Amino acid sequence: MSAPMVEVRGVHKSFGTHEVLHDVDLSVEAGSVTAILGPSGSGKSTLLRVINHLEKVDRGLVSVDGELIGYRRVGDRLHELSERQVLRQRVHLGFVFQNFNLFPHLTALQNVAEAPISAQRRPKAQVYEQAQRLLDRVGLADKTHAYPRQLSGGQQQRVAIARALALEPKVLLFDEPTSALDPELVGEVLDVVRELARTGTTMIIVTHEVGFAREIADTVVFLDAGRVVEHGPPAQVLDAPRHERTRNFLSRVLH
Amino acid sequence: MSLLSSPSRESADPPKGEAAAAGQPALTVVPARHPWRWVATAAAAVLAAQFIHGLATNPGWDWPTFAGYFFEKSVMEALLVTLQLTFAGAALGFLGGIVLAAMRLSKSPVLQAFSWTFVWVFRSVPLIVQLLFWANLGYLYQTLQFGIPFGPGFAQVETVHLISSLGAALLGLALHEAAYAAEIVRSGIISVDQGQLEAAAALGIPRGRQFRRILLPQAMRAILPSAANELINLLKSTSVVYVLAIGELFYQVQVVYGRNGRVVALLMVATVWYVILTALLSVLQFYVERHFARGALRTLPPTPLQRLRAAVSGGVRLDSGASR
Repeated sequence: MSAPMVEVRGVHKSFGTHEVLHDVDLSVEAGSVTAILGPSGSGKSTLLRVINHLEKVDRGLVSVDGELIGYRRVGDRLHELSERQVLRQRVHLGFVFQNFNLFPHLTALQNVAEAPISAQRRPKAQVYEQAQRLLDRVGLADKTHAYPRQLSGGQQQRVAIARALALEPKVLLFDEPTSALDPELVGEVLDVVRELARTGTTMIIVTHEVGFAREIADTVVFLDAGRVVEHGPPAQVLDAPRHERTRNFLSRVLH
Repeated sequence: MSLLSSPSRESADPPKGEAAAAGQPALTVVPARHPWRWVATAAAAVLAAQFIHGLATNPGWDWPTFAGYFFEKSVMEALLVTLQLTFAGAALGFLGGIVLAAMRLSKSPVLQAFSWTFVWVFRSVPLIVQLLFWANLGYLYQTLQFGIPFGPGFAQVETVHLISSLGAALLGLALHEAAYAAEIVRSGIISVDQGQLEAAAALGIPRGRQFRRILLPQAMRAILPSAANELINLLKSTSVVYVLAIGELFYQVQVVYGRNGRVVALLMVATVWYVILTALLSVLQFYVERHFARGALRTLPPTPLQRLRAAVSGGVRLDSGASR
């Protein structure tokens, strides 16, 4: 078995006195899709934000493709990386937010092209050409010069996915990508994610869409009160959950 | 109620589109009347007419003297000084304001406290008092020394040589302005959604670029109206530096009416120039704000010129429609 693409080991994280993550382990193979499920406040989003160092861990390690995130190890000591170095590491981790967080003053094309130009310093002409292709891929070839506020929620989220893909990241992280969308717009975003899964992109998806998780995930992780309650293939975790808490959650979500 | 009305409504009130076709009488809309609006409008019009009549007929305004001095050479030179003080003060002030805002938002408590104290002090001291302080700095420190803090010095200058009265004026205006600009810039920065910087950080965009390309253009939306206010305020505040006997607009007209006694006419010279400059700044503000509205509004509002053109062509279209 090859080394995992993303490895989270013994991560603890508290906000004040509230412990959000408690001794969380997670291992994600290259090319696999991992769905993280769990009730609100279970720490799903925090776990995702810990992976790309938007949140600092209190204890534990996160590594991506063998590289420690946020720290440099020298013997037994962990040296905190400078902001510039962390920013450089994040280029390998695409992040898709629940609220899209597109830059409202830039067009769809500029949103997608911004990071490759400024973070990777790639030539503009090439970046714009790639951005055009990515927007085409998410079905927005005709919206390249639209500003985010001129787009529907589903279209905005698809631009956000194209923006994350533009850096050609090793891993894509999705933080509840469809939670802010009207029900009829959820499908178009899930279609894009489905297509990415088919092409072997490594993805970690925090989601409430249990049906979707069952369909595309290789591994489902169930999180509750900051702990991993169980994990495994969807057929096991979703259809034959071993733990009471998982069963409770699923019965509430699936009615 | 609904039980009673719903069956009858179905037959009597078919969907709107069919109503006309069914031959129902067309309904005429009678606009609401606003008699008091007409009374208030008339009263305002009478007051305005009285004022304009007074401007034209009251010999006290002394329009010939006004016209004689409006473009007079010394007034033009003074106007230039006013403009220089305004723009230099604004440039230095906003530069200082950006630095102070960055300090206030930094994680260092000392930088935060420094910024807070600066703003507190320079907002508390009246501009005129501050200007007199700077002009009299020589009494407090006869010489200024450059060197290592608390250590040896390399160069020494006499304060009066370093700070001329114009220097004192500019220093006072810039510091005063920086305190206000700091708060304006800070308000703009904190008005930008936290998610924007998070998204920029998640994309690995370098810090300086995050500020210039992502944060600032969005902060400008909140900064601009207050900044324009502040700039106009500064334009008028430059009149205060007359206490340092600097030949700016207000000082100059005082000099002239001190000689010829035409107080009102010369005050009007200064007033009208201030009004004209403020108008120019307001026009500039409109276009700069429009530039930074990109993406914030689905469609940009038309410029006054575009509106005028639309009104003219719209009027023509109405006419041709009526004649057809």
